[in-house]
Amino acid sequence: MSNLFDQSLKVANCGLDSFASNLHEAGGDVNSLSWQPPAYGDVQAGLELASLINHPLVEQANQRAFAQYLDAQPVLVDVTTAVESIPAMAERKLILHAGPPIAWENMCGPVKGAIVGAIFLEGWATSQEQAERLILDGTVALAPCHHYQAVGPMAGIISPSMPVFVVENRPTGRRAYTNMNEGLGKVLRFGANSPEVIERLRWMGEELAPALSAALHMFGEVELKPLIAQALHMGDEVHNRNAAATGLLVKRLIPAMLGSGLPLDEVRRAIAFILGNDHFFLNLSMAASKVMMDAAANVPFSSMVTVMARNGVEFGVRLSGTGNQWFTARANPVEGLFFPGYGVDDAAADLGDSAITETAGLGGFAMASSPAIVKFVGGTPTDAIAHSLRMRSITLGGNGAFTLPAMNFAPTAAGIDARKVVDQNILPVINTGIAHKQAGVGQIGAGITTAPMPCFIEAIRALAAQVREHTGAAS
Amino acid sequence: MRPVNTPWKGSEMSSCFKIFKNLYRDSVSLMQVSARISKLPGVAQASVAMGTEANRAQLRDAGLGDAAGAGPNDLIVAVAGDEDACELALSTAADLLSSVEEADSAACNAKAAVVSLQAMLEAEPATNLALISVPGDYAAAEAEKAIRLGMNVMLFSDNVSLQQEKAVKTLARERRLMVMGPDCGTAIVNGMPLGFANVVRRGAIGLVAASGTGLQEVTCRIDQLGAGVSQALGTGGHDLHEEIGGISMLHGLDALIEDAQTRVIVLVSKPPAQAVAEKILARARAAGKPVVVNFLGAEPALIERWGVHVASTLADAAERAVALLKDVPPAINDDAREVAAREALVERRSQLAPRRRYIRGVFAGGTFCYESQLICQRQGIVAFSNTPIKGNHPLDNVWQSTAHTLVDMGDDAFTRGRPHPMIDPTLRNERIVAELRDPETAVVLFDLVLGYGAALEPAAELTTLIGDASRTGNDLPLLIAHVCGTDADPQNRNHQIHALREAGVLVANCNAQAAYWAAYVANLQKAE
Repeated sequence: MSNLFDQSLKVANCGLDSFASNLHEAGGDVNSLSWQPPAYGDVQAGLELASLINHPLVEQANQRAFAQYLDAQPVLVDVTTAVESIPAMAERKLILHAGPPIAWENMCGPVKGAIVGAIFLEGWATSQEQAERLILDGTVALAPCHHYQAVGPMAGIISPSMPVFVVENRPTGRRAYTNMNEGLGKVLRFGANSPEVIERLRWMGEELAPALSAALHMFGEVELKPLIAQALHMGDEVHNRNAAATGLLVKRLIPAMLGSGLPLDEVRRAIAFILGNDHFFLNLSMAASKVMMDAAANVPFSSMVTVMARNGVEFGVRLSGTGNQWFTARANPVEGLFFPGYGVDDAAADLGDSAITETAGLGGFAMASSPAIVKFVGGTPTDAIAHSLRMRSITLGGNGAFTLPAMNFAPTAAGIDARKVVDQNILPVINTGIAHKQAGVGQIGAGITTAPMPCFIEAIRALAAQVREHTGAAS
Repeated sequence: MRPVNTPWKGSEMSSCFKIFKNLYRDSVSLMQVSARISKLPGVAQASVAMGTEANRAQLRDAGLGDAAGAGPNDLIVAVAGDEDACELALSTAADLLSSVEEADSAACNAKAAVVSLQAMLEAEPATNLALISVPGDYAAAEAEKAIRLGMNVMLFSDNVSLQQEKAVKTLARERRLMVMGPDCGTAIVNGMPLGFANVVRRGAIGLVAASGTGLQEVTCRIDQLGAGVSQALGTGGHDLHEEIGGISMLHGLDALIEDAQTRVIVLVSKPPAQAVAEKILARARAAGKPVVVNFLGAEPALIERWGVHVASTLADAAERAVALLKDVPPAINDDAREVAAREALVERRSQLAPRRRYIRGVFAGGTFCYESQLICQRQGIVAFSNTPIKGNHPLDNVWQSTAHTLVDMGDDAFTRGRPHPMIDPTLRNERIVAELRDPETAVVLFDLVLGYGAALEPAAELTTLIGDASRTGNDLPLLIAHVCGTDADPQNRNHQIHALREAGVLVANCNAQAAYWAAYVANLQKAE
């Protein structure tokens, strides 16, 4: 029997404010919700969500998934070519792209341009038409990076000959792969595929990758978690700002590179290339995040989000409990600032696997660390803190490895709980660059966006069905 | 190669730029300033950049002039557009670049609004009851969450399907939690008023009621009789349907049986489904404490055989409960109450024109309308109603009375899109005035419901309207009312009764008495 009569009544008022004021006037203990219809007013989804609230199966699964995420130790262990690390690439002509699966016809300009560029790079075709034919007749297969433990920023293109960083989760040995950042301007990840772009990519494979590989072998493996933690204390949120992290990485690698015995010219070019690109670390930040999120993946019944990724048309989400299933929706617009001469009409839809950083509690979730970033939406450092604070309400906990000085060194909010997103209509915040919708123009701005609600609603429905099926309860 | 958004009509526009020597701003700040001045009316294009060779080339390409003389450490503001607009843009940019942004620490300390029950529980872990009054479509989901989070629930919301009600209540039963509602308007838990509740003394009588105003009437009457209430639990109007099976009433009954503070129990409902009634009465028989039952209109013998105390009216339930508590026989019965007022009624009735033959009941409380119909029927009066009891007739047009008519102004037909008459009595008062003006009305019978959530001065407007009516007509019907409330209510029952009496209203002690009086008058008119 409920022992409510022996307790002091403490009321949560959900609805009419006057009931709370009456109760308050009568000396009662009452707190009011700022209630709004969950799931953006989708009644059926709201009911399915309700069935998952505080559900023991989900709670236990989340605890496990979150602990595995916290325990992950991403370490940069190697530099290889993509085909060496991703065996499927040896079996057939395969090119990986960012975001959830998408057919060639539906892809946005920058992704198409980048895929064609990768085909040029591989020497499978020499003209746009030839390249397209290879794709349309199935000779060249396209697949999401996430299907092969890989991540890539913007178009996120990885083809067999490209060099990749190999990041390993120390406790489990599971690996993730990412391509190398080409810098700004005309680059493949924004869809450029002109000869200079291909030339740069070739150089990265022939000179940069061997230099990095040699440096790694001299220096030893690079633990990425402490490096990211340090960068967060230096003004990075390691998504849209990687200036500090790039510096920290280079600091570790330069002596090793110099001692590698490689020709000094080559070493100088490699170092200059990295130093010329404040975003060089972004890809490593993403691979580290991928390793951490993979550690949390595939725990049945868990509502923890393990992937957020965009392909330039759709935004895709995966939950730990629903494994490899994608939940997709049209990407939300980016609220941001544009480089001179560009505007919102020039922008491609939100693009890239880089939202894996937010999934791991970095990027927009760690915005309090990076006041420079919040200016992209005309905000103040206070707004940055507000973003980080708000993310606490949709996450499973804090990651003590990543602390935010501006918030009194509070742990960053991490482990997005899809239930909390849908219940409160609070969307994960994502810091992002803005690509031009035409292939090859490049980055035209940067800003803040959010993950679209329908992804989370669909994910919750799938999870509710899974729980229902398991418990044998009628819907 | 580099697209320009704005159609460029260089010849009609001017362009100008300004160089700020040795002024460094990071690129984001520059883009911000650029965005701000681009939006100024008359500005076609604007660019704010450091004076690197590449940036200067870009400005030239864009037709924004050649900022010769600017070096990499200098900041360039370049605009194109109307001449005046350009000047304004340059000065605005200068202001923006020199302004120091004020730090605002408020947001750091601001507590985020709590939007979900789960977040509330995290913020206030001792929360043990959710009072839910969200729109009906969403109510079941919120109730389910509350239960899964370990909270008891009072569900004020209506329009929750029976299937959802059953699911929510079944879940709560598994977790030994209480669900009051859906459509539960009032409760008193641990002395605290929930929803529309009256301020009643705490005491030893515990109630479970499927009727909101029924619960209010019994608790107020208990208070008026000098006793008090331990707990007053609502179940919502559908709980005793066959489909729900009285889960909430059984739970409430069990809770009161276990509760050491409760010495007498009162159950109030419209007649439950047979199987449900039997389950409840069987439990009541085994309560180990006296249980008073008022299943409005049910055959007394069918209830009495379960060894419980049968009350004929809501007020009677209060009187029996208080008597049981004090271990004395119930003081007054219903007939005695009627006789006590007979003289005054006969005197007032004698002034009524013979054509005034009908009772017009205008109620804010649904149960008061129901009970009044029962009592009138027992006195041989068949009436029309928007919520007719068995044997009475439905109104063709709920807005138009005919013969004897008793309307529940709190019913959906009157409350769709407007507040309940307890909160806003305007519509109800209009109906009372209409009945007053009807030459066939013998008695206008009504209720005033007080308590938290109810209108603060319910008698004030009404007595003004009655005053207006009596000034315009010399031949008026009788006004009979009862006030459901206590002197401790925000409205003060005594104060309201006094105001009504001043306006010539005959005020009965309880709803049942008011109905008896009305029926008595109507039967005298009929006999004439």
